[in-house]
Amino acid sequence: MLATTYAFTDVLVFACTALLILVGAIGVIAMKNPVHSALSLILCLFGVALAFLAQQADFLAAAEIIVYAGAIVVLFLFVIMFLGVDKSQHPHVEPLIGQRWLAALGVVITMAGLITLMVSSHWVSGVMSVSTGGVALAGGAGNITQLGDSVFTTYLLAFEATAGLLIIAVVGAVLLARRDRPAEDDEPRDEGDQGTDPWRSLDDADDNQDVDDNQEVSS
Amino acid sequence: MTIPAAWYLVLAAVLFGIGVFGVLTRRSALIMFMCIELMLNAVNLTFVTFARSMSDIGGQTTVFFVMVVAAAEVTVGLGIVVAIFRRRSSTSVDELSELQG
Repeated sequence: MLATTYAFTDVLVFACTALLILVGAIGVIAMKNPVHSALSLILCLFGVALAFLAQQADFLAAAEIIVYAGAIVVLFLFVIMFLGVDKSQHPHVEPLIGQRWLAALGVVITMAGLITLMVSSHWVSGVMSVSTGGVALAGGAGNITQLGDSVFTTYLLAFEATAGLLIIAVVGAVLLARRDRPAEDDEPRDEGDQGTDPWRSLDDADDNQDVDDNQEVSS
Repeated sequence: MTIPAAWYLVLAAVLFGIGVFGVLTRRSALIMFMCIELMLNAVNLTFVTFARSMSDIGGQTTVFFVMVVAAAEVTVGLGIVVAIFRRRSSTSVDELSELQG
């Protein structure tokens, strides 16, 4: 029935997309090892990129691979390796009784509502678009031109704001990652202050490892 | 005839649900961040689907901005995780109970 209504290749592409996305997403939440979760996340992101490609969003498919799979997941893997949490598994105890079942129930109810809404609604479709000035969405490579026009004309202010957002994020990450050490050169440390400073015992214990950490973070 | 938009919308809803379930049940802050990425991707998929079905490039532009915000969020979030790990030697969110009333 499906093959008669829709093109076989379209159905095949959708099936592959759904398989990649669902297997990857379930892998993220089911894997015990965080490294395996990150690799499952890559699988899921490839599925999403495939879905973008199938819906004439070529640039976004490329950006999905480059930004998500190339940068974000690598950042996740870097932090996992850096912290060394890839092997240490905490014994799984459920701190809240019945949390898992309540979560599953809530998720099922939410998803049922969303799916009912999405399937039963008749969305307004046509060429009455705002950002393209009534021009229909071009398929294939013509999309990228439209996307660029839209970003640099209609959404120019938001585009400028993302520049500030990225700068703030970089500054915030550097501030969070650098270790707050008292300046040893400027003034001698107050000996009585050692007990109250939570960093001091750590710093004195592993001073060599400390230097290595700082170098790794800053690189 | 192309694939109807509802198929992709249902797929995005299922992906969003998996992400919500992961955030609610997993205890590691890193896994929770990954599940937040799953939810963001589900919304991205919805935006792209509507951009196609309504012939409006604005949906794709929004996805572009969502990607930028997601990158910034992961940068700051993982910085916080690293800072917490230095204090606690753990990424479990159950141990961060100092702010309870």
